[in-house]
Amino acid sequence: MRVMAQIAMVMNLDKCIGCHTCSVTCKQTWTNRSGVEYAWFNNVETKPGVGYPRRYEDQEQWKGGWMLDRRGRLVLRSGGRVRRLLSLFSNPDLPSLEDYYEPVTYDYDNLVSAPAGPDMPVARPRSVLTGKPTSITWGANWEDGLGGAPENAGGDPNLGGDWAEKVRFEFEQTFLFHLPRLCEHCLNPACVSACPSGAMYKRVEDGIVLVDQDRCRGWRMCVTACPYKKVYVNHATGKAEKCTFCFPRIEAGQPTVCSETCVGRLRYLGLLLYDADRVGEAASTPDEKDLLDAQRGVFLDPRDPEVIAAARASGIPEDWLEAARRSPVYDLVMRYRVALPLHPEYRTLPMVWYVPPLSPVLDAVDAAGGNQDDPDHVFAAVTRLRIPLEYLAELFTAGDADVVGGVLMKLTALRSYMRERTLGEAGDEAALRAVGLTPGEAEDLHRLLAVAKYADRYVVPAAHKEDAAALTAMENRCPVESSGDPQPSDGRRVMLGIPTLRRAPASPEGDPA
Amino acid sequence: MSAAPVPLAAASGAELLLWVAVPYVCLAVFAVGHVWRYRQDQFGWTSRTSQLLEHRWLRWGSPLFHLGAFMVIAGHVVGLAVPASWTEAVGVDEHTYHLTAVWAGSVAGVAMVAGLGMLCARRLLTRRVRLGTDRSDKVLFPLLSATVVLGIAATAAHNVFGAGYDYRSTVSVWFRGLFALQPQPEAIAGAPLLFQLHALTACLLFAAWPFTRLVHVWSAPVGYLARPYLVYRSRSGAAVPAPGGGVPRPRSGGHGSGGRRSGGRTGSRA
Ligand code: HEM
Ligand code: SF4
Ligand code: SF4
Repeated sequence: MRVMAQIAMVMNLDKCIGCHTCSVTCKQTWTNRSGVEYAWFNNVETKPGVGYPRRYEDQEQWKGGWMLDRRGRLVLRSGGRVRRLLSLFSNPDLPSLEDYYEPVTYDYDNLVSAPAGPDMPVARPRSVLTGKPTSITWGANWEDGLGGAPENAGGDPNLGGDWAEKVRFEFEQTFLFHLPRLCEHCLNPACVSACPSGAMYKRVEDGIVLVDQDRCRGWRMCVTACPYKKVYVNHATGKAEKCTFCFPRIEAGQPTVCSETCVGRLRYLGLLLYDADRVGEAASTPDEKDLLDAQRGVFLDPRDPEVIAAARASGIPEDWLEAARRSPVYDLVMRYRVALPLHPEYRTLPMVWYVPPLSPVLDAVDAAGGNQDDPDHVFAAVTRLRIPLEYLAELFTAGDADVVGGVLMKLTALRSYMRERTLGEAGDEAALRAVGLTPGEAEDLHRLLAVAKYADRYVVPAAHKEDAAALTAMENRCPVESSGDPQPSDGRRVMLGIPTLRRAPASPEGDPA
Repeated sequence: MSAAPVPLAAASGAELLLWVAVPYVCLAVFAVGHVWRYRQDQFGWTSRTSQLLEHRWLRWGSPLFHLGAFMVIAGHVVGLAVPASWTEAVGVDEHTYHLTAVWAGSVAGVAMVAGLGMLCARRLLTRRVRLGTDRSDKVLFPLLSATVVLGIAATAAHNVFGAGYDYRSTVSVWFRGLFALQPQPEAIAGAPLLFQLHALTACLLFAAWPFTRLVHVWSAPVGYLARPYLVYRSRSGAAVPAPGGGVPRPRSGGHGSGGRRSGGRTGSRA
């Protein structure tokens, strides 16, 4: 057993109102620079919908993630090492800018500088890339709220099965939800594995996946390999950039910007301990539908004395172990098992999980003339209404509708039980028992899902003391340095204005303290 | 350089300047420039891919150009660095050499010219790519094109359509002399103008090399073939062995969690 810690995220999708605050604050923090105008480290897409970049979930086309070859070995879908090197000169599976969208700005100046006249001056859109006036024909969430869905949403790669035909024509009446997405900081990151120069890496301490800007050589293989298309080429610098999980904040014990600013307060951050030795085995699980359990099998119980001993042996500090025991992510993923990974079939073992939305089912109950508040109606819908269920299963369980159904039943039982309790009634414990919850657990889960405060949603242990010098030294620096900025006088490039840590490199066994 | 005083003394001042001073200065800039850039500008050390902005021309142009370039480089190694006596010693006579050189050279040359033509065309004609062209590109592309075109022109004029010119006993001798530190400017002084111009633009290209995107050539990621798939690093920047065994390359710079600096801030876009 080799214990590693990861800071992971869970999102409760029922609460997402699709306001895009997370995307905008993320953009203002990380990608408001030339070269990445088109990139959204965090984006919110409407589901069903084609996604951003267009149809990114269609791995037949984009070749992202891992698959099992004929002999059952885990291989990157974009091909082996030799093939990757041979396609360096032109990457055959790289999305083009049109697959994202052409970024624009507006002629704001015209609003103030237009001469007096009978017409109201307007700010016309202008391409950021060519500087020419342009018309806006696509965006990162073009079919927001199913606008334009009849033309576009049929392109959703998750609408593949025979049941999908029906959805295509009916979903406008039945359901829609928002899916906020960011880099999954996978346990088995395809991007890292595909990077020819070894510039991408996963941090041992907190599992954050980063691109070393000094070692990236612009081979752009990571973009293809990531099945979530969450690595972006900066076309100004020629290097790859991706979601950093706001590591400077995380190191300081603060939540990511997208979490901090989430209007729906639906994001949870916490530690998960996992056994790094079992990652490869779990990712090679033969049946896609077993991947969810296989990944759960890699996570370790932070209360298990054996795990604690092994974690200490790998140098995980005590306060981190304590944080792991208080982790809301562990509770949602492992204890209550209501959170599910996005597209486990990509085999990257993603680490941003989702509590699937009950709203599509509730909408369907309404549409069928049922009563949302009657658990029997909802249970019946969960078991009989295939459309939203199969769709959610495509997203979260590699097509296993029973698992999604189970989670939705749990949420339904919880909802009706707590509703009765709030109304001062006893509460129907039989429904709870049917989904494997005790009344105490129900109260606890309800508290976590519905009323958890800041400190309960974000349990982020600060980076360790040895790093403190480096962290405080960055306080009065500008966090992003331009390639044209003057070099520091000692001639060393310092990334993000954060000084190099002077302490000895951690030993492979992990550092003590 | 003192080893061959006689020929050097016999060379005119202009010959000395063009065929001894210029090449050595260019080579020095090439060497020192690389060391300087590698140490100072890891962040700028990239192929500066433009595939995102334009992919239809690049799809064909880049592989054609690179394939041609590799063949052309191989050809130059054989033609310039290996003396004729060596190839003859392994049983390749002048006629066979000439035939192979002309044929393989033509294929390589055509691929390289066609590829470079496409790359230049997209750079000029695609507005997005043109706007992303920086000063170093504005030096690199003309210089590279001039070198390639002059090389092809010299070969075509003298060896494909012309009477045949044995550069191996002139240009190659000069080239090897430079590296043997026994410069022989007179060896190339009598060569046809096209060969001389090709040699000169090549020297300039080498001088410009470290300051352009051509530095990506030295980062050819062959190590990828042997590396473990997953790369772990500790927050302090140290490489950590992957659980599956195998040791990733250690970090040299120790820039902590790389990826922190995400690029340049260029002011407002509004
Ligand atoms: C050693 C192996 C090499 C590799 C792996 C390699 C790879 C690449 C890659 C990935 C690009 C970026 C293409 C894009 O825009 O997406 C590129 C561009 C380029 N390479 Fe290479 N290259 C190699 C060798 C060379 C050599 C030997 C030369 C010429 C002497 C060369 C000249 C160029 C030029 C001029 C460009 C710019 C193309 C453009 O943007 O128009 N490369 N190379
Ligand atoms: S989601 Fe993030 S960690 Fe996973 S493959 Fe994509 S970029 Fe890499
Ligand atoms: S800020 Fe929260 S509620 Fe708003 S779109 Fe993002 S995840 Fe959804």
